Amino acid sequence: MTRSLPLVGFLLLVALFGFGIWWNSRHDPREVPSPLIGKAAPAFVLPHLEDAGQTLSKTSMLGKPYLVNVFASWCIACGDEHPVLMAYAHKLGVPLIGYDYKDEPADAKAWLAQHGNPYDLVIADREGRTAIDFGVYGAPESFLIDAKGVIRYKHIGPFTPDVIERELRPLIARLKQEAP
Amino acid sequence: MKRAILRMVLGFLLAFAGLAAAQAIDPLPFKDHAQEVRFQNLTRQLRCLVCQNENLADSNADLARDLRHEVFGLMQQGRSDDQIKQYLVDRYSDFVLYDPPVKPSTWLLWFGPGLFLLLGAAVVLVTIRKRGRATRIDSRLVDNATIEQGDDW
Amino acid sequence: MTPELGQFALILAMLLALAQGVLPLVGAWRGNRALMATARPAAAGQAVFVAIAFGLLVWAFLRFDFSVQYVADNSNLALPWYYRIAAVWGAHEGSMLLWVLILNVWTVALAGFSRRLPEEFLARVLGVLGIVAVGFLAFIVFTSNPFARLLPMPPDGGDLNPVLQDPGMTFHPPVLYMGYVGFSVAFAFSIAALLGGALEQGWVRWARPWTNAAWAFLTCGIVAGSWWAYAELGWGGWWFWDPVENASFMPWLVGVALIHAQAVTEKRGSLRAWTILLSIFAFSLSLLGTFLVRSGVLTSVHAFASDPRRGLYILAFLAIVIGGSLLLYALRAPKVAGGKAFGLLSRETVILIANLMFTVAAAMVLLGTLFPLIGDALHLGKISVGPPYFGFLFPLLMLPVVLLLPFGPFLRWGKSEPAPLKSVLLRVVIAAVACAIVAAFFVAGQARAIAGVAAAVWCAVGTLLYVYKRWREMPRGRRYPAEMAGMLLAHFGVGVFLVGVLLSESLSVTRDVRMAPGDTQPVGAYTFRFDGVHATRGPNWHAEQGTVTVLRDGRQLGVMHPQKRTYPRGQVQTESAIDPGVTRDLYVALGEPMDPNNLEGAWALRLYAKPFVRWIWAGGLFMMLGGFVAGADKRFRAKRAAVAAAAVEPALPAAEPRA
Repeated sequence: MTRSLPLVGFLLLVALFGFGIWWNSRHDPREVPSPLIGKAAPAFVLPHLEDAGQTLSKTSMLGKPYLVNVFASWCIACGDEHPVLMAYAHKLGVPLIGYDYKDEPADAKAWLAQHGNPYDLVIADREGRTAIDFGVYGAPESFLIDAKGVIRYKHIGPFTPDVIERELRPLIARLKQEAP
Repeated sequence: MKRAILRMVLGFLLAFAGLAAAQAIDPLPFKDHAQEVRFQNLTRQLRCLVCQNENLADSNADLARDLRHEVFGLMQQGRSDDQIKQYLVDRYSDFVLYDPPVKPSTWLLWFGPGLFLLLGAAVVLVTIRKRGRATRIDSRLVDNATIEQGDDW
Repeated sequence: MTPELGQFALILAMLLALAQGVLPLVGAWRGNRALMATARPAAAGQAVFVAIAFGLLVWAFLRFDFSVQYVADNSNLALPWYYRIAAVWGAHEGSMLLWVLILNVWTVALAGFSRRLPEEFLARVLGVLGIVAVGFLAFIVFTSNPFARLLPMPPDGGDLNPVLQDPGMTFHPPVLYMGYVGFSVAFAFSIAALLGGALEQGWVRWARPWTNAAWAFLTCGIVAGSWWAYAELGWGGWWFWDPVENASFMPWLVGVALIHAQAVTEKRGSLRAWTILLSIFAFSLSLLGTFLVRSGVLTSVHAFASDPRRGLYILAFLAIVIGGSLLLYALRAPKVAGGKAFGLLSRETVILIANLMFTVAAAMVLLGTLFPLIGDALHLGKISVGPPYFGFLFPLLMLPVVLLLPFGPFLRWGKSEPAPLKSVLLRVVIAAVACAIVAAFFVAGQARAIAGVAAAVWCAVGTLLYVYKRWREMPRGRRYPAEMAGMLLAHFGVGVFLVGVLLSESLSVTRDVRMAPGDTQPVGAYTFRFDGVHATRGPNWHAEQGTVTVLRDGRQLGVMHPQKRTYPRGQVQTESAIDPGVTRDLYVALGEPMDPNNLEGAWALRLYAKPFVRWIWAGGLFMMLGGFVAGADKRFRAKRAAVAAAAVEPALPAAEPRA
């Protein structure tokens, strides 16, 4: 009996590796789930991209759900995501806030002018300090925040039409029911 | 299919991006050398999220630099190492810790080797005792053999 | 046409490997001598064709044949010829070809040196090696063809990753593979023993020199890799507990256990089943390393390009080879504990304890390496396991080994008297305590450094005491047989290694500083002066080169030139400058200019003083030397002459009398 223990252990390993191959074919191994989901979004006050004199804060956004999309002009994957956002921004039914991450404002403005601006409002975080509070580790990333200011959903990497239809829109529908 | 290829190409680039990057050399205005050492030890235990498998101290990634500066700033505010770790865990999950905390989900990790050791030790003990009993009967034979060889090697 | 010839050679080699894997085994099973006799020629033929394929790939690199995809990806017109040769194993496909080539080197060496092995046994051994070769050749031919064409042919190629453009990296993979693949011999011996049954217990003696040599190569490969990481990656670290490093470390740990278990089995007949199991484990972990690095299931600093198809193939291959071996073990392993008896105080006992610790350590490394994957599978969340985990548990597990190490040679097989051991204990305790007290004055009370000195003295003095005992008691010429000399070298190496690890880890000083030309910075007892940066160039790179002068007590110790190189494809590579020394390394790496537009101004630099860091690799080299010396013992060869007799003679009682 004990002589078959190594075999049993090895079969467990094989199962684990098989799982690993399967898992990695459908997950980006670098995707780290955020611990902030279900928790209050961090307080933030950030200047508008177009007019640095004006700011947007968490408190001013309370009362309605909204989607924050982290992007940057230097981010290649954001370019892939951009047409999707252009197509869906107006169908989402919630405000889409662009979060310009660690970017030169001039570059970001030029980028939006060239590719089109899907955002209802764009805020700029040049140093990326607030982004740390959001647990941002790259771009693009998107946060769905509900009327009470709680982060309900985070998507890491570019949105695809499939993800929007399957994950984002049903959740937005639910949030709008919650909020009177 | 296209996605799979893209992922493959991406994987390829990433695998080497991690290596090709130059190292992170990041002079910071430490109060004294003791604080510098404390900073080095702490950032070595924290993982760079966007890298393949690198710690914050060594990574040249942009985010790693930001987080290093964040850690430095928190240190200047007088936060302890544990508080700084918790600050990062709150934002980025346990994944940032190279030193996984002991909790039910990591019991297997932390206590597994001890369990192996106990099981193995039990087997070794049984083996030695079984053989030890045989020795009393055999001891003269064994010693004779050794003496005959004139070299216990 | 030549690339197609290469591919054709690989296919022929695969067919010959198939013949080598099937015919001799059938022959041994049926007692058909003609079939058994096919093993040698098939192995030789396979080796010739693999060598042809490898040679053609080298040739393609040397003459810039960018119509071969692999050549175009990994070299360019500016790459010097020596790195073009190293580029052959610089990426996945070529390194697999190197793997198979080395397997063939071992197989041919075995076929050549083992003419006196019983015919059936050798047929089985070569058959098992043939099966392994089939798996890898099919892997290359079907999933990783290094000769795939790239049309139209580009005018110039990509580049070999700059971090691989280093002498250490040229050297590291072939030596490491010599180690990995070398364990296939011990593996094949043990499988052949399982297939053959009880008569062939003598296999362990024949396997020992091969195991020792493989382990020594693996040691050398790991040392080279560690050195390369230290010198080239520019982090000043020498071990990161990265999955790729762990992949080479696990077979090494099991290899240590195996070498000692083989000694017990050969000399006393005990631990027979355990030795077989360890032989299977050592090679399985080598294969597992290949899988981990190439399947992409783990995140590592230096993984190869990952491709799920390849991962799946290797997994299936692993399941067949390792699963088959362990099934065979479950069915055929010797069920009765055999061999001579031993008491509580005996060499067998300490070897058994050391075996336990090394095996548990390997299991711990495996668990830590795979735990992130287990976390995914059981939905425990994403978890990182890194140096703090391994660095905490590994020393704990090795502590008993270090404590027992001086006594191993003094203990006698079977049964020892306590008296001589007590005198050894007294002497090593006095030596270790005395040195620790002296060291405490030099290291400013650093506990780890003091422990390092004590542990190192403990091992080294214990070993030297035995050297002295043999010198006094034995006649000249019989004092140090090679096998024993190897053991003593390796054990002494443990002491040297401990000095290096514990002193450099506890006493190193690292500083990241901003320096303008003329500035000085203190690092430990040294003063570094930055003398500015100028431009320089090499065969395929241009660089900014800093000049740093090191002073101690106002006396100039040396001038160092760290570089920041830029390669043709724009990759930037830090080339650190190291001023080596027996008691310390000084190490400088050049970062970025503080103002990108003013290269004449201040720069970021990383300065290190690393006491005794070289002793880490020196210790490793002692261990390597020990492995080679022990494996070269004449005893193994002389006995081989009488192998036919040994195989039949019931030298070891099949079962002990029950008490």
